[in-house]
Amino acid sequence: MCSSCCNAQQEQVRRFEKVCRILDKHQHNPSRLIPILQEVQKEYRYLPEEVMAFIATSLGISPAKVYGVASFYANFALKPKGKYVIHICEGTACHVKGSGKIKDALFKKLNVTTENNTTPDMLFTVQPVSCLGACGLAPVMTVNEEVHGQVTPEAATAIVDEIIKKERN
Amino acid sequence: MNTNGTNEHILLNGQPVVINGQKNLLELIRSAGIELPTFCYHSKLSVYGACRLCIVEIDGMGVVTSCSTVPTPGMVVHTHTDQLRKMRRVFLELLLANHHQSCTTCDKSDACKLQELARQMGVTDVRFPSIPKEMQTDTSSPSLVRDPNKCILCGDCVRACSEIQGIGAIDFAGRGAGTVVAPAFNKDLGEVDCVNCGLCASVCPTGAIVPKSEIEEVWKAVNDPNVTVVAQIAPAVRVALGEMFGLEPGVATTGRIVAALKKIGFDKVFDTSFAADLTVLEEATEFIERKTLGKKLPLFTSCCPGWVKYAEQYYPELLPNLSSCRSPQQMFGSLAKTTLPDQLKVKPEQLYVVSIMPCTAKKFEAKRPEFRGPAGADVDAVLTTQELGKMIKQAGIQFHKLTPESLDMPMGFKTGAGVIFGTTGGVSEAVLRYAHEKLTGTRLENPDFTDVRGNTGILSKTLRIGDIYLKLAIVHSLSNARKIADQVKAGNCDYDLIEVMACPGGCVAGAGQPVCEGGEVIQQRAKGLYEADKTLQLHKSQDNPYIQQCYQTTLEKPGSHKAHEMLHTEYNSRKRLCGSAINLSEGSGDGKLNVSVCVGTGCYLRGSQTLLTQLLDNARTKGIDDKLHIKATFCFEACTKGPTIKVGDTIIEKCDLKTATREIDSQLKVHA
Repeated sequence: MCSSCCNAQQEQVRRFEKVCRILDKHQHNPSRLIPILQEVQKEYRYLPEEVMAFIATSLGISPAKVYGVASFYANFALKPKGKYVIHICEGTACHVKGSGKIKDALFKKLNVTTENNTTPDMLFTVQPVSCLGACGLAPVMTVNEEVHGQVTPEAATAIVDEIIKKERN
Repeated sequence: MNTNGTNEHILLNGQPVVINGQKNLLELIRSAGIELPTFCYHSKLSVYGACRLCIVEIDGMGVVTSCSTVPTPGMVVHTHTDQLRKMRRVFLELLLANHHQSCTTCDKSDACKLQELARQMGVTDVRFPSIPKEMQTDTSSPSLVRDPNKCILCGDCVRACSEIQGIGAIDFAGRGAGTVVAPAFNKDLGEVDCVNCGLCASVCPTGAIVPKSEIEEVWKAVNDPNVTVVAQIAPAVRVALGEMFGLEPGVATTGRIVAALKKIGFDKVFDTSFAADLTVLEEATEFIERKTLGKKLPLFTSCCPGWVKYAEQYYPELLPNLSSCRSPQQMFGSLAKTTLPDQLKVKPEQLYVVSIMPCTAKKFEAKRPEFRGPAGADVDAVLTTQELGKMIKQAGIQFHKLTPESLDMPMGFKTGAGVIFGTTGGVSEAVLRYAHEKLTGTRLENPDFTDVRGNTGILSKTLRIGDIYLKLAIVHSLSNARKIADQVKAGNCDYDLIEVMACPGGCVAGAGQPVCEGGEVIQQRAKGLYEADKTLQLHKSQDNPYIQQCYQTTLEKPGSHKAHEMLHTEYNSRKRLCGSAINLSEGSGDGKLNVSVCVGTGCYLRGSQTLLTQLLDNARTKGIDDKLHIKATFCFEACTKGPTIKVGDTIIEKCDLKTATREIDSQLKVHA
C-alpha cells in the first residue's frame, strides 16, 4: 500500500470527523449556518456538494437553502481550489496601477481563465477580487495569507515560479 | 366604525378609510376597493417587498411599499400620483428588459401577471436593452417545467415551497445579476426533494414554472384510428374548467366536459369519482380492520401523490401507517386496463387511458413503476384542467354552446361521496358515510358530516359512531402534515384517521386548475362539489350499484386478495437528492472491503453519525484502516430500519458497533 494513498484516506476520515465536530460545536443550530460553512471550508478548501447535503440534513434545513447561502457569498467556493490561492486586487488604486496586466500574466503563465481558475494539478487558483484593503501598496496580490505589494507582471510570475520550484522538491 | 368599536382611520386619496385590523397597508387599501398591483404579495406567505409595485406615497414618509407598511391612524396615503405611476412603469420596464419575452409562444400567455400588469400600467415600450443570457430549461420533472429565463425573482415559489409545504426544494442561488431560483446544487427538479405539488407553478406570476404539458401525446392517441382512448375526469375538474370559458368558479360542467371530450375524439368518458367510491370501500375496510383488530393506527390517507412522495422522503417510519389503497386515479387505471379491453373488444395495448386531473403530482404518480401492468402504464397520460381547456380551444370547440352529454357506464356512475373527494375533508366524510353503516349496522339517514368540512389547516374532531369514538384529523398543506406526522412519530396523539392533502384547500386548489387568486375561488369550487353531491341521487359509496357489480364480477369483496392485487400498493422510502456520497477513503476495488454508512435523514436521527465515528476509531485502533474503504452515503432507502450500513455486499439494518465490527471482521477473514 502506497503511503500517499493511506495519507489521503486518513485525511478524508479526519475531515469528515471534523465536520461532525463542527456541527456538534454549533449545536446543530441552523442559524449558525454561515460559521459552520466557513469552518467546513477551512477543512476542504471548498464546500463539496455531498458535505453540504450532510450539513443540511443535520441542521434540519433544505439542501437548496444551504446551496443558496453558499452560492451567495463569493468567499465560499463550490469547486475545489488549489493549494495556493492567489487573489489579485482589482480595486480602483490597483486597477490604476496596472493590476490588469498582472492578471493577464498569471492567467497566461498558469493557463487558467476566469471560469476555470484552478490549475489541473490543483496547485494554483487565481481569483481577481474587489479590494484587498491595502491600496497604499497597489498593485497588490496575495498568495494564501501572504501579501505582496507593488507587484509587476514579472514579479508575479517569479513568485509563482518560486512556489512551483518549492513544490517540485 | 371597526370591530374594535374605535374609529381609527387613514386618509386614502383624500377619503377616510377605517382601519379594521388589517396587518398591512396593502390589505387596507384593497379593502377600500383599490387593487394595488403586486407580484410578490400573497396573503398566505410572508411579506417580501421585492417587486416594489405596491408602492404608495405617504405624507411625511415618502414612497414606501404598502405590503410592508403597518397602517397607523392619521396616515395620509396616495396610490396613484404621477410619480408613483411613473415609478411603477419603470419597475415593469426593468423586469421586462430581463425577461425572456417569448409571450406569443409562452404556456402562461393567457394567465401571465407580468403581461397583465404591463398592459394595465400602460407600458408600451421597453427602453432598456435586454441582456441576453440563455439558461437551460429544466424538463427533468414529470410534472413541471422550469424556465429560469422567464423568472422575475419575486420569490413567490421559494416562499410557497418552504412556508406552505415546508420543503424548500427550490431557493435563491447566486447573487446580484447572477441570482436564479434553483433546486439544491443547481440540480434538475426531477433529481431533488420536489413532491410535484406544483404550488410554485400556481403562485408564479410568469411562465417560469409551469405544469408539464402532455397535450401532444393525447392528440396523437386520439387521432390514431387503432387506439381506443378513454378518459376519466377527476371531481375537482368539473367545478373549475368553466373558469377558462368565462363561467363562475364552482359551476359544475360535467355534461359539457363529456360533450367536449367526445367532440375531440375520445371514445369513452368515465368518472374518477367512480373509482373514488371504490377507494372509499377499500380504505374504510382497511380502516375498520385496523380499528377493530387493534392494528397500526392512525391510518393516513394515500390519495394525494404529493403527500405520498413527501412521506416516502421524510417519514419512512410512518409508511406502514399509510393506507395501502391506490389513489382513485390509479384504481381507475388498473380497473380500466383489466376490464375494459373485454368490454370494448379491443386489445389491451390498444387501450389508452387519459386522466383529467386538477393536479400536477398525478403526472408523477401515473409514471410510478408500481403502476405498470403487462400492457404498460395503467394511466397513459395525465392532462391538467388547464390542458383540457387548451385542448378544447385548440379543437375550436365553443364550450358555451355545447349540449351536455352523459358519462359512459359503468365507470361513469358515482355517488356524492366520490365527488366530494375533491375538497379538503371530503375523503374523510366519504369514508365516514361508509364506516358509520358498517360499524353500527344501521342505515345512515343524513349522510352529511358537516363537522369535518371547513378550511382550517389542521382540523381535529372526535366523532361518536355507535359505541365507538373516532378521532380524526383533516390536514391540508404539507407543513401542516409535518406537524401532525411529528406528533404521531413522537406518540403524542391518538388519532384514528388522518386525511392529508398537499394543496391548501384540497384538490380543488390543485396546481393544474385554471390560474386564480386563491381564497374565494377555491371556496366556491368546494361549494360546487358539495352542491353536486346534493343533486345526485346517491350519497354513499356502498350504495353505488355499479361498484357492487364490480365486486361481484371482478373484485370479490372489499379487501379481498384480488382487490389487493388490483387496487392496493406499497410504499418505499425514497432518496431526497440524487448522488451525494462522502468518500472517506480512496481507491475502492483494490482488494479493500467497502463499508458504507448511511447518513440520510432517517439513519442520521438514529445515530449513524456516532456509529460512523466509532467505526473509524475502531478501524484505527485495530490497525485495519488500510484494509477498509469507509464511506458516508445517502442512502440505502431502508430508513425505517436505520442506521443502515453496507459491508461488502451485505446490508445490515438497525446496525450497532458490535454487529458492524463482527461483520467486518468476518468478511476480512474471508478476504485474507
